[in-house]
Amino acid sequence: MTLDAVDRQIILATQAGLPLVPQPYRFVARQVGISVEELMRRMEAIRESGVIRRIGAVPNHYKLGYKFNGMTVWDVNDDMIDELGAQVGRLDFVSHCYHRPRHLPDWPYNLFAMVHSKSKEGVQEKIAVIEQVLGKHCRGQTVLYSSRILKKTGLRIGG
Amino acid sequence: MDELDKRLINHLQDGFPICDAPYAKVAEQIGITEQILLQRLQALLDQGILSRFGPMYHAEQLGGALTLAAVKAPEERFEQIAEIINAFPEVAHNYAREHELNMWFVLATESPEQIGEVIEKIERQTGLQVYNMPKIKEYYVGLRFEA
Repeated sequence: MTLDAVDRQIILATQAGLPLVPQPYRFVARQVGISVEELMRRMEAIRESGVIRRIGAVPNHYKLGYKFNGMTVWDVNDDMIDELGAQVGRLDFVSHCYHRPRHLPDWPYNLFAMVHSKSKEGVQEKIAVIEQVLGKHCRGQTVLYSSRILKKTGLRIGG
Repeated sequence: MDELDKRLINHLQDGFPICDAPYAKVAEQIGITEQILLQRLQALLDQGILSRFGPMYHAEQLGGALTLAAVKAPEERFEQIAEIINAFPEVAHNYAREHELNMWFVLATESPEQIGEVIEKIERQTGLQVYNMPKIKEYYVGLRFEA
């Protein structure tokens, strides 16, 4: 979808969050200078197009107790990766799943799946499930735990 | 966090309506008043249990670009390297990870060409090779966490 100047204003006005007032869309519409009907119509269209992934609460998973974040990486046959990636992505404990390039010889992994758990054992159990899905099509794997957050800011577009 | 907070977090991750009084609508679904819902949400944001409430935008579809990149930072220079990399406004997240490739960061730029430029600058300023791992295909992105 092509976003026009008004859509872009809507994004700028909402990317830090929706206001916690009884009529939040009216509030944003006033900021942007359009009617609430137009604002809601545009936001529906932006959501339909996939530019908005979803509207809602974004929890801080550390504060919910999910302290073990394993980036599991897998060396999967290229001709099977789309089929298997889709299957791994459907597992309910995987939050992100991507095909990314290898950097041979020191980085042979091409399938990335983020797994979150409240314990290290929990991550290990989930890795075992992914291993079963990939079966003989996987030549190697490892898991990289995050030991420290060095920087975290939301993604923002400029004004 | 009590049972009601947990219910709110689980309920509100799935999608929020676009209508004139969306909080009232959600409050009715949960069986509480709009006022209590707004108060609870504000408190969860204040405590940092929710990092945000609102629309999540898809950076690439806004014309921008995203990539995941990593470096092998020598232990004795780790803090210095982190400082150099974090100073770039294009670096959205940066995580230390237990691996030879021990520093992993996400670059977000307004245009795809800028990714290469930022990577070049990081390589020059750190003297390290940057392993660029842009996504070839996305199979799933969802951030649902059971409270």
